[in-house]
Amino acid sequence: MFVQLLFYGFSAILIAAALGVIVARNPVYSALSLVLAFFTSAALWLLIEAEFLAIVLVLVYVGAVMVLFLFVVMMLDINVEEIKRGFTRYAWLGWLVSTVVIAQMAAVYGLRNFGVDASITVARSPADHSNTRELGEVLYTQYVYPFELAAVLLLVAIVAAIALTMRRRPGLKPQDVAKQVAVRRQDRVRLVKGVRAEGVSPEGEGRGEAP
Amino acid sequence: MSALLEFWSTLPDYARATVWILIVTVAVILSVAFTTLWERKVIGWIQLRKGPNRVGSLFGFVPGIFQPFADVIKLLLKEVVIPSASNKWLFRVAPAITLVPAFAAWAVMPLDPALVIADIDAGLLYLLSLTSVGVYGVILAGWAANSKYAFLGAMRSAAQVVAYEIAMGFALVGVVMAAGTLNLGDIVRAQEGGVGNWFLVWLFPLFVVYVIAGVAETNRAPFDVAEGESEIVAGFHVEYSGIAFALFFLAEYANMILISALTAVFFLGGWLSPFEGLLARDNPLAAPGFHWLFLKLFFFLTCFMWYRATFPRYRYDQIMRLGWKVLIPVTLVWIAAEALMSWFDIGPWST
Repeated sequence: MFVQLLFYGFSAILIAAALGVIVARNPVYSALSLVLAFFTSAALWLLIEAEFLAIVLVLVYVGAVMVLFLFVVMMLDINVEEIKRGFTRYAWLGWLVSTVVIAQMAAVYGLRNFGVDASITVARSPADHSNTRELGEVLYTQYVYPFELAAVLLLVAIVAAIALTMRRRPGLKPQDVAKQVAVRRQDRVRLVKGVRAEGVSPEGEGRGEAP
Repeated sequence: MSALLEFWSTLPDYARATVWILIVTVAVILSVAFTTLWERKVIGWIQLRKGPNRVGSLFGFVPGIFQPFADVIKLLLKEVVIPSASNKWLFRVAPAITLVPAFAAWAVMPLDPALVIADIDAGLLYLLSLTSVGVYGVILAGWAANSKYAFLGAMRSAAQVVAYEIAMGFALVGVVMAAGTLNLGDIVRAQEGGVGNWFLVWLFPLFVVYVIAGVAETNRAPFDVAEGESEIVAGFHVEYSGIAFALFFLAEYANMILISALTAVFFLGGWLSPFEGLLARDNPLAAPGFHWLFLKLFFFLTCFMWYRATFPRYRYDQIMRLGWKVLIPVTLVWIAAEALMSWFDIGPWST
C-alpha cells in the first residue's frame, strides 16, 4: 500500500518534470526539470529493487552529464521567441510523431502478453541478493562483447570530439610545461657584481651610489 | 539506564533510524562549528598568532572556545540581501542543494563495527553520486545571483569538480578491486589484520590521488579558485549574506569532514585499530571502535588546514593539467598494477 502510494507520487512528479522540460520558457529551468526527472526515475527504479541502476543513473546522468549540460545552457544566450517562431509550421509533424508513439505504447500495454499483468509476476529476490554482483556476472560473461563494443564506441567518440576541437588556430601561445618546470635560476637571473665608480674611496662621499 | 535500553529495543526500526539520523546530523553540525575554531587556531599557530581567544574559556583553558557560537549568532542576525536582478527562487534554493548531499552522505558511513545508519550494498556508489550532486548548489548559486564574479566562480567550480571526480572515481575503483565490495563496512573489514593490510600500503598512489582530489572536490585551498578572493571577490557566494552564506560555509566544512572520514575508511581501515595484530587480542588498544575513526578523521581534517596555511593557490590551467594529465594517468597505471598483483596473488586481498 505504502509502496503504491510512493509509486504514484513519484510518477506524478516524473510526469510533471518531463512536461517541465518541454514547457519551461527558461532553458535553465528545462535542464533542471530534466535533473528532477532523472531523480524521480531513479526513485522508481529503487522501488523495484534495482538499486545499482538507480544509483548509477543519478551518478552518471545527474552527477556528470547534466552538470555539463547546465554549464552549456547557462553560457548560451538563447532567445526563446526566435526558436518558437517555427512552432506552428511544424506542429503537424509533432502531432503525428506523438500519435504514433502513443499508439505504440497503447499496443504494448493493451495486449495480454505484454500487459502490466504479465510483467508484475517477477519473483522477489531474497534479502541477501546482491544486485551489483549479479549484474557484473552477466555483463562480463554473457554480454562481454557488446560491453567491449560499447566501450570502443565511446573511445571513438572521445577521439572524434577531441579531433574536431583541436584545430590549428593562428596566434595561439600554448605553454610548454616541461620547459617551464625545467627552468633553472641561471636562465632567468643574472647576478651583477656591484661596480664602484672610479676615483671614489670606499669611505668617501660617493659610497653606495650607483655607478 | 537499563530501562532506557529496554525502551530503545522496543522501538520500531524507523524510529531508531530517525534517532540515529538526528544524533549524527547534530554531531556533524557541532563538529563543523568547532572545526572552524580549530582551523583558525591551527592557522594562527602556523603564522605565529594566537587565533580567536576572546569569547569564553573552559576554566581558563582553551580561550575562544565559544567563538563559533558567537559567529553563528552574528550570521543569524544579519540581513539576507537578495539582489534585485537575481533569480529569486533559485537564489534561495541553491544553499540547500549544497547542504543536503553533505549531510545525506553520512547515512552510509560505518562509524563503528556495529553502527551504520543504512548498511546498503552499493554504499560507495551512493556516496559518489551524492558528492557529485553537491556541485549543483554551487553552479545554481553562481548563475542565480546574476553577477559576473559569481558566475565565473560557478563555471570554474563546475569544470574543476567534473575533472577531479574522474580521478577520485578511478582511485575508488582501485579500492573496490582490492575489497571486492561496494559496501563501506565490508571495505573496512577487508583491511583487517594490522596496519600491513591497510589499503594505504598497497594502494599508496591511489591514496595520494584521493587526498588531492578530495581537497579539489571540496574547493579548498590550494584548489579554491572557485572563490579566489584576489581575482573574483568571493566567487560563487559573493552575493550571499547572513545565514544563506552560513549554509554554504556549513556545507563546505561538512564536506571536509566527510572527505576526511572517507579517506580513513577507504585507506586507513576506518574504525580498525592500528595496533591490531601487534598487541594481545584482549588489549583495549587493539580493539576496534569509533575513537580510531575519529583520530584518523581528525588528522586528515587538520591536514586540510595545514595545506591552506602552506600552499599558494593553483592557477586555473594548472589545476586542469594536474587533474587530467597527472592524477588520472597515475590511477590508471596503478589499477593495472593492482590487477597484475591480484593475478599473481600478491597482496592481502588475494586469499
